[in-house]
Amino acid sequence: MFSFKHEWIEKNVGLLAVATMLAISVGGLVEITPLFFIRNTVEPVDGVRPYTPLELRGRDIYQREGCYLCHSQMIRPFRDEALRYGHYSLAAESQYDHPFQWGSKRTGPDLARVGKKYSNEWHVQHLLAPRSVVPESVMPNYPWLLSTPLQYADIADRMKALREAGVPYSLTRAEYERNVKKFGPKVAEELSIPDAKENLIKQAQEGDYDGDRSNITEMDALVAYLQMLGTLVDFSKYDNDHFVKDR
Amino acid sequence: MAAAGITTSEQYDYEIVKKFAIMTLVWGMIGMGVGVYIASELAWPILNWDIPYITFGRLRPVHTTLVIFGFGGSALFATSYYVVQRTCQTRLYGNALANLTFWGWQAVMVLAPISYMLGHTQSREYAEMEWPLDLLVEVVWVAYLIVFVGTIMRRKQPHIYVANWFYLAFILATALLHTFNNLAIPVSLFHMKSYSLFSGVQDAMVQWWYGHNAVGFFLTAAFLGMMYYFVPKQAGRPIYSYRLSVVHFWALSFLYMWVGAHHLHWTALPDWTSTLAATFSIMLLLPSWGGMINGIMTLSGAWDKLRTDPVMRFLIVAMSFYGMSTFEGPMLALKDVNALSHYTDWTIGHVHSGALGWVAMITFGSMYHMIPKLWNTKLYSVKLASVHFWLATIGVLLYITAMWISGITQGLMWRAFDDFGNLQYSFVESVAAMHPLYVMRMIGGVFFLSGMLTMVYNCYMTIRQGVRETGPAGVAPAGA
Repeated sequence: MFSFKHEWIEKNVGLLAVATMLAISVGGLVEITPLFFIRNTVEPVDGVRPYTPLELRGRDIYQREGCYLCHSQMIRPFRDEALRYGHYSLAAESQYDHPFQWGSKRTGPDLARVGKKYSNEWHVQHLLAPRSVVPESVMPNYPWLLSTPLQYADIADRMKALREAGVPYSLTRAEYERNVKKFGPKVAEELSIPDAKENLIKQAQEGDYDGDRSNITEMDALVAYLQMLGTLVDFSKYDNDHFVKDR
Repeated sequence: MAAAGITTSEQYDYEIVKKFAIMTLVWGMIGMGVGVYIASELAWPILNWDIPYITFGRLRPVHTTLVIFGFGGSALFATSYYVVQRTCQTRLYGNALANLTFWGWQAVMVLAPISYMLGHTQSREYAEMEWPLDLLVEVVWVAYLIVFVGTIMRRKQPHIYVANWFYLAFILATALLHTFNNLAIPVSLFHMKSYSLFSGVQDAMVQWWYGHNAVGFFLTAAFLGMMYYFVPKQAGRPIYSYRLSVVHFWALSFLYMWVGAHHLHWTALPDWTSTLAATFSIMLLLPSWGGMINGIMTLSGAWDKLRTDPVMRFLIVAMSFYGMSTFEGPMLALKDVNALSHYTDWTIGHVHSGALGWVAMITFGSMYHMIPKLWNTKLYSVKLASVHFWLATIGVLLYITAMWISGITQGLMWRAFDDFGNLQYSFVESVAAMHPLYVMRMIGGVFFLSGMLTMVYNCYMTIRQGVRETGPAGVAPAGA
């Protein structure tokens, strides 16, 4: 009669390896794969779009400086967080985030909806010398952001890499038309890879984020990114409990 | 047992073990030093000095990488190569491959911190290395698997000893996690920057499936392998229960992989996933404590050694901290507790009670046992090891107490309302309240680091003594 003995595994390294692989694979398979297939994992909502070229470069700098280590971008559905930060974060709002920047620690406050809460001037001053506007802050000064010209020669390559990962930046006419349908003509324009460099320069000059139009600095890009965070969804269009069903 | 006429250092490949053991001490010293520095930056932000390369945001991954992968990783390479040879009674397989794992791993430990300081990071916690380094790690890891399994296949014993199961599970799981979590698209072939293949909620889930199992397998399963060899050896007694170690192994391997999503409670991750993770986190308490009991009970009948043997003291305190943090973990994984603790210093305290209390302590104990044996001598100073023990213990306690207080304070201040239903505190008031606790944490770190430095000195003197007694090859002269 067939009867299993643990001894078999203890005497055969191949068997031990296979059995271990089986044991450690189940959890990930059950918890991760469905997230790619269950439709309401990312709820349908108007307004969320990929980053413009300038915002994307700002986001790269946000990652480079390790901002995510002290600032989360994920508001939880609690009363205090609603008062302090605003509506809780939706999965849809980070659907174009490669990688996600939800963070795990709030040494500083959450930034998921920091966009438009402060002026550009405030952000520039705060990034240059945080304690000049918030005396108790423990954030480092970032003076080099204002003195370093933004590198954007490779912006098209960056957008192409993201396109490979599934972000709808457009390379062809057909892709552009698809974006016009999905996001409207104004956003579709910003998502066009062939026009990326022009769009980046245009947004930096019109936005005048660092208060100096004569050159484009890393500060321009980072402030442009911070100023759009959490501003894409117009929550006044939705009932209070509209998103509860998708949680 | 060495065959007649051959010394153990000829029978086994100790050279590779020695190299990794030395690098364990080097990376421990540097990694913990960086830890103390960034802790000071949080207490006194002027220490960022307006220099981009040493701001908190860029140095924090330097600290985590060097302590987890430099110190912890080198300790695991060293002990796994030692244990697999001793328990299989055979020489390490694949000499060149083993050397590749050494030089490859050390190259990663040098290049990764430099790249972070220059601003190259994937911004994935504990997986910050950009794609060229990830590929190098992958190569080293495959070589590691081949060396380890190759050695087991040459064993002179029919049974594979339990410590090796844990080491093998750690190698396999790390390969799996590292591969999937680092799937990314480089900007171009000559560009360090890459973008993660996944986005948003899926990316978060993959990252914390990785992140928590870096803890589960790298920092737990593998160090349990250490426990299952060095505790019985140092105590001079067999493992308490063989059956318990079988249950411990399979339950731990299976359950750990489910719990990563408890890092994402109350986020945009669907509730079903985080509920599953919370449930499995609670179940995980059982094998964790099973393992701890198995280790501690191995001392039955040898408890008197605690009085005289600081090495045994390190091992016992390590297992006690393991039990403590594997209780704290499931508690923090409860959604209601997590609502308070998440985003606060409590998490940092929890990590360090595991990393300093369990991982570092079991490593110290194992190294104090192994290093004299490798160099065929006795520990230079037992008294100094005892000093190290107290410095380390006081350091951990100061550290985690500071983080408990600061974490719970933050959590309570953020959710406090006044009588009119408004938020009672602005965010920055909670930042200001942290200052004394951040100073206390830094002092705890200084204690722990000083302990580490005494160990480096003690081991340096031990090795020098060994070399003087037996010659540089570590082979006892004839008749010794």
